[in-house]
Amino acid sequence: MLDTYRKLETPENIDLDIHVAGPLVRGQAFLVDSVLRMIIQMAASYGFLVLGDTGIGLLLIFTFALEWFYPVLFEVLNHGQTPGKRLMNIAVVNDDNTPVGWSASITRNFLRIVDFLPMNYMAGLVCMTANKDFKRIGDLAAGTVVIYRERPAVAPQPESRAATPPPVALNVTEQRAILAFAERHTSLTSERQQELANHLEPVLHRRDQQAVDYLLRLAQWLRGGR
Amino acid sequence: MKQQLFEQQHGAAWERFERQLQALEHPRRQDATESLADFASQYRLICHLLALAQERHYSPYLIDHLNDLALRGHQHFYQRKGHVLHNIVQFVVWGFPAAIRREYRFVWLGVLLFFVPAFVMGTLTYFNPNMIYTVYPHEAVQQMVDMYDPANNKEMSDERGSSQDLQMFGFYIRNNVGIGFQTFASGILLGIGAVFHLLFNGLVIGAVAGYLTELGHVETFWPFVIGHGAFELTAIAIAGGAGLKLGYGLLAPGRLTRKQSLIQSARGAMPLVYGIFFFLIIAAFIEAFWSSSSVLPITVKLVAGGLFWLLVILYLSLGWRRGYR
Repeated sequence: MLDTYRKLETPENIDLDIHVAGPLVRGQAFLVDSVLRMIIQMAASYGFLVLGDTGIGLLLIFTFALEWFYPVLFEVLNHGQTPGKRLMNIAVVNDDNTPVGWSASITRNFLRIVDFLPMNYMAGLVCMTANKDFKRIGDLAAGTVVIYRERPAVAPQPESRAATPPPVALNVTEQRAILAFAERHTSLTSERQQELANHLEPVLHRRDQQAVDYLLRLAQWLRGGR
Repeated sequence: MKQQLFEQQHGAAWERFERQLQALEHPRRQDATESLADFASQYRLICHLLALAQERHYSPYLIDHLNDLALRGHQHFYQRKGHVLHNIVQFVVWGFPAAIRREYRFVWLGVLLFFVPAFVMGTLTYFNPNMIYTVYPHEAVQQMVDMYDPANNKEMSDERGSSQDLQMFGFYIRNNVGIGFQTFASGILLGIGAVFHLLFNGLVIGAVAGYLTELGHVETFWPFVIGHGAFELTAIAIAGGAGLKLGYGLLAPGRLTRKQSLIQSARGAMPLVYGIFFFLIIAAFIEAFWSSSSVLPITVKLVAGGLFWLLVILYLSLGWRRGYR
């Protein structure tokens, strides 16, 4: 298991896997948001300045709201995702994977200015690399974490393939490896499938396509096919 | 039990749960017709199935899929929804004064760190006007003196229409609320940032007040600042207090871990931050539409300003005691 997965125990006594997002993907999301904010700001400037002095007043209020509340509003009202985070498929949640509320979101976003110190989010970056959940200072204070929203995986096609019982008893890890291979094989080229299957040649005494087919039949049996 | 049999027996359950999740996540979509009456028991069932699948080492796809469903269900099952408007009214009526009383140590510290330097600096500058140059560059002082010069001021404010008032309102919101939030946030640097903002703003404001009073611009300066000052200056002091609370949580965690202590301090400080926002909005409103008005006589402004101060102090110290917890 890679070390960006965290176990989260729920009140139902099960462990959920959550996948925390690192500085790079969060930086990308931030860039997208920055560009979007710039565009909104420019559009608003043109829109409001038509109204003269009143427009300047409204524009300043709007700028203020955009500066401080752009991330807050999106995070609270849009399932923890600003447009940038949505594009990168990450989201802000509380430490216990519940949706963020106003207080937590305001805390983490107001403390952004501390994370920014001394320049370009250096404090935030140092802080993120110093703890295992990639939390910046605002996240630490608010008790929030940024996680991946997994894209729904493509369900493996059920196959009508003959099942073969394994020649020897396989332990759990071996069974899982074979099952994983069977589920992933459609996403690999046939050369890569064979290359992987050939690692087992000393055991299976088969090569290339034959080894692949044999493994798939084993997997079918492990899943319960007969 | 083999995986295939497991899928045959329970596949319908997680497909149904997925439809329920979709109905929750996209409530406005046409096909969101799945009944949510038994969402809780369905969620528990999915958790149970996930635990079984993990224990029996079924294939990674199945476990990931169930994990994903359970995660999404968890999000919906454990979310809290409040009535925003009700909460706001409740907060203004008693939540804010109650928070001030709960955090009275930090609030007092903020008040002292802000008003004492302001008063001392004001007195010093009054008796020795050159002190102003320790905090303000020469040109800025000149500009400020012009701004509050009684001779200039009369003409200027007569011309100012309501649209300009609104413009200034926007300016004050952006500028002053920003300063308030910064004072709070910088407190996380072990409190140093908050102390700096408090002292700095205190010294500058004190110096300006002392200097202009000594110069004799009393009738333009004091009526202008007294009204919104009641809300603005208290808000800055409270913002400093909230920032100090953050820093203190980090500095002296007591029996908690430092991280947990910081989270708790931040939660405790949040009502103060809401209150600061509330006060600074009022201050900006008064500053733009009331303080700058040249129609109102000076006496009215001074009396009203004094009343504002009294109101703020009474509100914060007495508040709505029934809410005190």
